Amino acid sequence: MDLLANLALGLSTAAQPENLLYCFIGVLLGTLVGVLPGLGPTATTAMLLPITFTLAPTPALIMLAGIYYGAQYGGSTTAILINMPGESSSAVTSVDGYQMARQGRAGPALAAAAIGSFFAGTVATIAIAVFAPPLTEVALSFGPPEYFSLVVLGLISSIALAHGSVLKALAMIVLGLILGLVGTDIYTGVPRFTLDQLELADGINFVAVAAGVFGVAEILRNMETESTREPIIARVEGLMPSREDMRRMVAPILRGTAIGSILGILPGGGAILASFAAYTIEKKVSRHPEKFGKGAIEGVAAPESANNAGAQTSFIPMLTLGIPANPVMALMIGAMIIQGIVPGPNVAREQPDLFWGLIASMWIGNLMLVILNLPLIGIWVRLLRIPYRALFPAILAFASIGVWSVNSNPFDLYAIALFGFVGWVLLKLDCEPAPLLLGFVLGPLLEEHLRRAMIISRGDPTIFINFAERPISATLLVLAFIALVVVFLPSIRKKRDEVFVEEE
Amino acid sequence: MVVNRKDLLAGLIFIGLGGLFAIGSLDLPLGTAFRMGPGYFPLVLSVGLMLIGAILAVRAINKESSPLGGVPWRALIFILPATIIFGFGVRGLGLVPAVFIVAFSSAFASRQTGPVFAFMLAVGLTVFCSLVFVYALGLPIQLFGPWVRF
Repeated sequence: MDLLANLALGLSTAAQPENLLYCFIGVLLGTLVGVLPGLGPTATTAMLLPITFTLAPTPALIMLAGIYYGAQYGGSTTAILINMPGESSSAVTSVDGYQMARQGRAGPALAAAAIGSFFAGTVATIAIAVFAPPLTEVALSFGPPEYFSLVVLGLISSIALAHGSVLKALAMIVLGLILGLVGTDIYTGVPRFTLDQLELADGINFVAVAAGVFGVAEILRNMETESTREPIIARVEGLMPSREDMRRMVAPILRGTAIGSILGILPGGGAILASFAAYTIEKKVSRHPEKFGKGAIEGVAAPESANNAGAQTSFIPMLTLGIPANPVMALMIGAMIIQGIVPGPNVAREQPDLFWGLIASMWIGNLMLVILNLPLIGIWVRLLRIPYRALFPAILAFASIGVWSVNSNPFDLYAIALFGFVGWVLLKLDCEPAPLLLGFVLGPLLEEHLRRAMIISRGDPTIFINFAERPISATLLVLAFIALVVVFLPSIRKKRDEVFVEEE
Repeated sequence: MVVNRKDLLAGLIFIGLGGLFAIGSLDLPLGTAFRMGPGYFPLVLSVGLMLIGAILAVRAINKESSPLGGVPWRALIFILPATIIFGFGVRGLGLVPAVFIVAFSSAFASRQTGPVFAFMLAVGLTVFCSLVFVYALGLPIQLFGPWVRF
């Protein structure tokens, strides 16, 4: 069977000592940084990205993936123990997780998160192995119109899955698209919006934008409300969940995994919605909904499983189509390009060992997370005591070195400050940075496919919606249109706000 | 009249940025829909951004206001220049002085941080970064650059 042969190839690649080592380092570093309060997976991955530059492509990507799910996992630990989630996907975990911790049940909460994540990671890895190859086949038949429509669908659905104002998210996407076009036009060689600066000829550095809007802007945001008191860290005693806990965890983990796996595939950051949706569903099906928000273990197990499953399956569009589902995947794509790999359906064909090695390493990495985290929890708790005033200079130093190591271009460092400031202003006005970053990465792709498609059709824009000739493109655009209409419908918007309101 | 300042400001910012990029696009060859020039797509996007901004701004009128929050002047003054100084100086100064300056200067963004804490933090971070990035990872950055070599 193909699947087994592929997985065997992947496991043999991932199990090479070098790859195992880097997977381990990635998971460890990711957790280490992700545990620090206020640092989410995106900021963590952007900061640690340069560490992988000196490696060969396969270990580099394995390590980056490890950093990602390590950071995600570390974030849930922080959410449970001090109620300070690093990124919105673990925000919902803190609702019941922190309550459990306050009742002296931090151990079982952490164990529920670990077990749920591991199970979800295993299922999601299999899902990737099953669904990635057929999707790759489909993707190979895609022409410019299909790619264009797919990117449009991805961008639109990222609005549906984000929270806050739809209009603002749309504006942030468009702004991101424009910023992504800065630099030399690939068709004509004409410099665009470079203000006659040679340094801008290659465009704005993506890592600098990420470090600015997710690193510096976030620091400025946190400094608005600098508090002098130390966070209250819950004590961890006894990790093992009781038999009763285990019994209550099973169904939420299964449901959470299913929801997360499906939503994660959607282009546009499904992992965030997945944890919210999983939580809401658990509350609905529970016979004791009143216990939610007061330390229900189901409220930890379900969103953590969904979160991790979604993080994992978000690799599917990245690996098969070269389209990022969330900002971290955008960073992965950036890393691939730096390594000289063209992201897209050809990766699976031309570099099966990298493709399958990466997939298999995710399962190994998840196993490492469980083995690593439960015994090391004491160290993580100590990390939580690091005061923020010691943390943010370190973030700035790491981000500076990281961005410098990409191109050794002073201009990129100035861009961090600029995007940090702009990002902070926009954050203050409730404009989320994630859609901007997705737009930034997808801008050049969208333009290239638009121009190629228009050349094919001799300037006839109906090529995108011609069902007879381009059924896939037309279907994708119809879906995008439906998604757009749906998010603007008043009744749906109310529901959407309700789902996200739990975070506040 | 009630105006939501957040939405109004966001709308105006988007109109302004869209306008700037629209002007920039008009300087570029636009081409036709068949053979799009370098200015075509950016112009479409810029006009789109201005439109969204306009809708946001108009809808801000008669909408309940939400608090804007304070401005962390101290953080802005100490944090934003940090990466600029690093970018300007890292090649000439080398990693050790550059990291030290970034950490030491940015640390004062916190009201609770005094010179002693900032100094110790900066020394610690400099040692850590030198060990990790230069020795362990072998990133091609000099520890001390030409400006400070004797």
